[in-house]
Amino acid sequence: MGDFSRYIPHTEADCRDMLESIGVQKVEDLFKAIPEKYRMKGTLNLPEPLSEPDLLRRLQALQSPAVPGDGSSHFLGAGAYHHFIPSVVSSLISRSEFYTAYTPYQPEISQGTLQAIFEYQTLICQLTGMEVSNASMYDGASSLAEAVLMSQRMTKRKKVLLSQAVHPEYQTVIRTYIDPDQQEIVTIPYNKKEGRTDEEALSRLLSEEVGAVVLQSPNFFGVIEDLGPIGEKVHRAGGLLIAGFSEALAYGILAPPGVSGADIVAGEGQSLGIPVSFGGPYLGILTTQEKYVRNMPGRLVGETVDLDGKRGFVLTLATREQHIRREKATSNICTNEGLCALMATIYLSCLGKEGLREVALMNLSKAEYAKKAVSKVKGCSLAFSSPTFNEFVIKIEREPEEVLKVLAKDKILGGLSLARFYPELNRHLLVTVTEMVMKKEIDCWADALERALK
Amino acid sequence: MKEIRDTGLIQDEPLIFERGSKGRRGYSLPGWDVEKVDPDRFIPPHLLRGELEGFPQVSEIDVVRHFTRLSQWNYGVDSGLYPLGSCTMKYNPKVNEEAARMPGFSLPHPYQPETLSQGILRLMHELERSLAEIAGMDHVTLQPAAGAHGELTGMMMVKACLQARGDKRTKVLVPDTAHGTNCSTSTVASFQMVGLTSNERGVISPGRVAEKMDEDVAAIMVTNPNTLGLFEENLAEIAEIVHRKGGFVYCDGANLNALMGIVKLGDLGVDVVHINLHKTFSTPHGGGGPGAGPVAIKKELAPYLPVPVIEKSDGMYRFNYERPHSIGKVRAFYGNFGILLRAYAYILTMGPEGLRRASEMAVLNANYLMHGLKGAYHLPYDRPCMHECIFTDRLQEKSHVSTLDIAKRLIDYGFHPPTIYFPLVVKGALMMEPTETESKENIDRFIQTMIQIAREAEEQPDLLRQAPQRVKVRRLDEVLAARKPKLKWTNRG
Repeated sequence: MGDFSRYIPHTEADCRDMLESIGVQKVEDLFKAIPEKYRMKGTLNLPEPLSEPDLLRRLQALQSPAVPGDGSSHFLGAGAYHHFIPSVVSSLISRSEFYTAYTPYQPEISQGTLQAIFEYQTLICQLTGMEVSNASMYDGASSLAEAVLMSQRMTKRKKVLLSQAVHPEYQTVIRTYIDPDQQEIVTIPYNKKEGRTDEEALSRLLSEEVGAVVLQSPNFFGVIEDLGPIGEKVHRAGGLLIAGFSEALAYGILAPPGVSGADIVAGEGQSLGIPVSFGGPYLGILTTQEKYVRNMPGRLVGETVDLDGKRGFVLTLATREQHIRREKATSNICTNEGLCALMATIYLSCLGKEGLREVALMNLSKAEYAKKAVSKVKGCSLAFSSPTFNEFVIKIEREPEEVLKVLAKDKILGGLSLARFYPELNRHLLVTVTEMVMKKEIDCWADALERALK
Repeated sequence: MKEIRDTGLIQDEPLIFERGSKGRRGYSLPGWDVEKVDPDRFIPPHLLRGELEGFPQVSEIDVVRHFTRLSQWNYGVDSGLYPLGSCTMKYNPKVNEEAARMPGFSLPHPYQPETLSQGILRLMHELERSLAEIAGMDHVTLQPAAGAHGELTGMMMVKACLQARGDKRTKVLVPDTAHGTNCSTSTVASFQMVGLTSNERGVISPGRVAEKMDEDVAAIMVTNPNTLGLFEENLAEIAEIVHRKGGFVYCDGANLNALMGIVKLGDLGVDVVHINLHKTFSTPHGGGGPGAGPVAIKKELAPYLPVPVIEKSDGMYRFNYERPHSIGKVRAFYGNFGILLRAYAYILTMGPEGLRRASEMAVLNANYLMHGLKGAYHLPYDRPCMHECIFTDRLQEKSHVSTLDIAKRLIDYGFHPPTIYFPLVVKGALMMEPTETESKENIDRFIQTMIQIAREAEEQPDLLRQAPQRVKVRRLDEVLAARKPKLKWTNRG
C-alpha cells in the first residue's frame, strides 16, 4: 500500500473483521447497486502516488518565480492587493478547531466560529457604515451580483444602471448572474477627464423603471466617487443605490458608503488580511440596512441566550436560506468564505481603530508620492483629475505592453495595461501603490518608466 | 464588580469590543519613508470619515488569547469523529496547508504576466484533467467557489446551450432525495422547479421521470449517490429518457467520495457535474468555506464554459478569453486557487490506487456503522448503503425523545452530531457519514455510544432532553434570535 495509507487507517485485519460483521465476503459486494456494466474495469488514468517529500518537491517547482519580498517590485492591484498581514492572522487561523470545522449548524459546539462571525458582522458594519452584514459571500464580484439580484426582489423594477468604472470583471459577473427577462443592464459612462462616473449621464438615464444604480468607490481607476448627491438622485427616483468596492482598506480614511446613502454595500474584503493567492479564496462582503434584512442573501449570526440565560450565538433568520426555503430562498449560497471572514476579523482586531487609519493613510501617502514622481517623467501623465486612494491611471506615450516588458527586466511589475478592458484607454496603465511598496522602489519604477519612454 | 465564575478551562471570553483599552495597539506597519500627507490636501473633506467608531483597541496578546479561546469552543475534524452526513468531513492533510502557504502560491497576483504563472497554470490545467478523468467528463472549469456556485454555473451552461438551440425550456426536475441547494439553484437560474418523488427503494424510477419529462424540461438535477446514501441505480436509463426529449442530466457530485475509481458519472449519461473539493478532495471546510466547486461537463457544453479557459499550446499555458458563447464569469479572476492547489496535492498523494481505496473504505465504514446501529435505531432503507447511512428516531418516539435530543446527547460524549432532519423524505432523519479516514476503533466507540444513548432514551430520557451539559453553552433560544434579531454588537449593549 502506498504512503497514502497514512490517511486511511484500515489494516487488512480491520477490513476482514468489518466485512465479516456486515456479512459480506469482499468490499466489491457493497457496490452491487452499481450495475456491473458501468463499473470501471481498469484504474483511473492518473499519475502514481507521491510521498510527502516528493510532493513538496513537485509543488515547489510549480511556484511563481517573482513574488513580493524576493527583490521584485509590485505595482499591481485592480481588485487584488498586496498588503501587510500580521503573523497573528496565519497563526490563529491555523488552529484546526477553526479550519477543520463545518458550518456551525450545531451551535453548542461551534460557539467559536459563531462568536467570531458575530464580531465580523459588527466590524464590517462599522467599516461600511451600514446596519447589517451577512456572514460572507464568495468574493467581491459575486457579492455585487447578488446585491443586484437583491435589489430586483426589493423594487421589482427592471433597469439597473451600472457604472462603466466598476471593476470590469465585476461587471461581467453581474451580467452573467442576472436573468435578462427580469433585469436589464444599462451602462453609465465615465467622465473621460475626471475618471468618475458621469453624473450628467446618470441623471439622464434615471427613471422610474430604474431599480438600482451600481457604483464602485474607489472605482476601478482608483478614483473616489461622490456617492452622496448620486444617492439622493437615485432615491428621488425611487431606486436603490448599490455601492461596490474592491479595496476595503480605503474606508480607513474615506467616508463609508453607509453615510452617503447606500442601500446595499457589496464588495471585496481581500485587503483585510487575506493573501493575494492568484485571485482566491477571497471574501465577499455584503451589508444593508435593517429594514432590508429579509431580502438579504447568505447566512447571518445572531445573539441569543441559552437555557441558563447565558449569552450565546446561533445562525438565524434561516427562513431566507436554501436549506429551509429550498426553491423560495433568497440565494442558493451555502458554503461561503468562513475562514476568510475569520482572517478579516483577526486582521481588523489587530489593526484596530488607529492601525486601520494609519495603514490607509500610508497607502494614500505612498500613492501620492508615486503620482508626484511619475508626473515628472517625460511622456507620462496622470490620466484623470479626481482624487484617488492607492491606485491611479497614467497615460504613457508608448504601447503599454512594451513598456511593461522593459520594466519587467528590472523585476518591476509596473502596472496593469487597461486596453484589455477599455479599448479607448490603450495607452494607459493602472498603477497601485500599497504600504508594502518602498519609496526607493517607487523611485526605481519612475526611473525605469523614464527610460522606457525615451 | 462582576462576579468571577470558576469555569475551569472553558474560559469566559467577552466580545473583542468588550476587551482592550483606549490607546492600546496590536499592530506594526512598515516604517514611514515618504511624507505623511494630510488627507484634506488631496480629498474633499466630505469624502473623508471620522473615527472608526466601536473598533477594538487591543494588544497582540489580547487578540491571540481571544481567538485561541474561541477556537477552544469549536469542534473540528482534528478534534474527533465528525459524522456529518453529505458533508464528507474527512481528514485535511497538513502538508496541503503547508503547500498553500508557499510564497510562490500565496503571493502571486492574478494579473501578473502569464510567463510568471506557468507553474500555476500547469497545476490548474492538470487538476482540470484529473477531475475530468475521475468524473468521466470532457472538460472542467475551476472557477466556482463552492458546490452551490458550481450548480449555478452548470445550470447557466445548460441554459445557454438550450438558448443557442433556440430552445427556451422553463422546468427542472428535482427529486426529493436531492440537496436543498438544487432547488434554490434551479430558481436562481430562473427555472421552475418540478418535484419528483423517489420510489420505495429510495431511488428515482425511470417511469416517474418519463411521466414528467417533456420538451419543456431543461434538465434533471440528480444527487448521486443520493441523500439517502443510495446509488441511483437507474441513472443511465433515466439519462436516456431525458436525452431523448432533449434535456440534460445535471449531477450533484457532493457525494463523489463513494465513487472514485469505481464508476464514472460520465459513463452513466451525466452531462454536467459539480465536484466539492472541500468534501471529496480533502480541503478543509474552514467553518463554512472557502471551498471550491469545479464543474465537469461533456463536450457539447464546452462553448459555454466561463472565461477564461486554460489552454496549452507550444509548451505554454495561456488564459483564453476569446469565447463568444461563454456564459461569462461567476466570480472575479479564476477560482479559489488556494483551495485548488490543496486538492491537487491530495490527488497527487493518493494516485489512482489511493482514490479508489478511499472510496472503498468510505463505503465499508458507512456499512459497518449501519450494521452496528441496526436494531438500536430504526433503519428506513435496509440494504447496503454507499458513503452514508440514514437512521431515524422512530424507536425512540415512545420515550418522547427526538432526533435533536439524540444529536445533542452525542455532544456530551465528545462527538459531533450527524446531519439531522435531512433528507426531508425521512422523518426525523439522522444522516451519518464516517468517511474513510476513521479507524475501526473510532467507529466502534461511536456505535457503542449511540447504543448507550438509545438505552438512556428508554431509562433516563431526561439525560437526552437536557443535553448537552458539558459544553460552553447549553441549548440556545433560536426563536428569540429570530424574533428579535441582534446581528451585531453596539456600545449601547
